Amino acid sequence: MTLQEIADALKLDVKTNEHLLKREVTDGYASDMLSDVLAHAGEGSIWVTLQTHANIVAVAATKALAGIIIVNGRSPEAETLLKAEEEHVPIMISDHSTYGVVASLSALGVKGHERV
Amino acid sequence: MREYKVDLHIHTCLSPCADLAMGPKAIVREARRKGLDAIGICDHNSAANVPAVRKTAQREGMRVIGGMEVTSQEEVHVLALFDQEEELLALHDIVYRNLRDTSDEKLCGDQVIVNEEEEVLGFATKMLIGATDIGIERLVGIIHEHGGLAVAAHVDREGFGIIGQLGFIPEGLPLDALELADPARRTTIPHHERFAFITSSDAHTPRDIGSKYTRFVMEDVSVSEMKRSLEGEGGRRVSV
Repeated sequence: MTLQEIADALKLDVKTNEHLLKREVTDGYASDMLSDVLAHAGEGSIWVTLQTHANIVAVAATKALAGIIIVNGRSPEAETLLKAEEEHVPIMISDHSTYGVVASLSALGVKGHERV
Repeated sequence: MREYKVDLHIHTCLSPCADLAMGPKAIVREARRKGLDAIGICDHNSAANVPAVRKTAQREGMRVIGGMEVTSQEEVHVLALFDQEEELLALHDIVYRNLRDTSDEKLCGDQVIVNEEEEVLGFATKMLIGATDIGIERLVGIIHEHGGLAVAAHVDREGFGIIGQLGFIPEGLPLDALELADPARRTTIPHHERFAFITSSDAHTPRDIGSKYTRFVMEDVSVSEMKRSLEGEGGRRVSV
């Protein structure tokens, strides 16, 4: 499954790095505590969060996540988008809640990233 | 110049999670009993009980620093401490306007505003444990514009601590200090050598007051002197 397929199916508003949407997504992770994402997300995960702070980009880049879906139609700060372009992190926005987004991802066959 | 024992993070009965016994008289009495030289009053997202504690403390010869524990949009807790009451109240107004939720007493507990005699004046009508719409960078900026001290609260605790919420401390964020819940964890904070540290009780009950405090060596008790101590200016210093 690629980011493009997910963006199309979930009608996501792609904010950064549209040219990287052919990236393969291995699984998914949802959390709003960035320390938890650093500890438990996996390479290639699509990350679902409501956080919009620029630190989400550093976390996604550090963990080599496939991309970020921001929920509830929240707008990332300009700084976040700027860093995302620099760090090659695709950011997409959904008008739906975390639960709704995760349910849609699950329906597409994206599994959760598990620690074990 | 002398050493002052200061517990800068004490809640009152205004914070829904704090004991109703945390009235101004009880707080000041307990602070004296614990041998503190000064206390900071930092309720969640409100400064409504600072004037009452200050009046009680003046009668008892205890020094009070007025403050708030503000919740940023990212759900990071930041202590904001001020010398000038009008600056504190200005921040209080900004924060109060930016609180998203309205209060439901059954859900969020009692948020009691009192006077110096511990008489109930009223109740805060917003949900004080909620987050504001103010991002962390903007929040620190607003605190500094009003001449306040911005301290990231309990950075060694996962919940509502800046590292827990944001993974790491954003580079260039001009925090004046980091607060530790446990001073022994100072060296576990990444890049701890770049920061000044305080420790405080985060007291929610009278018994907790003074269980942790910071030693400031400075000229007198004020936020501006504390800032100079945190920067190690002119022989001033701080230890946890």
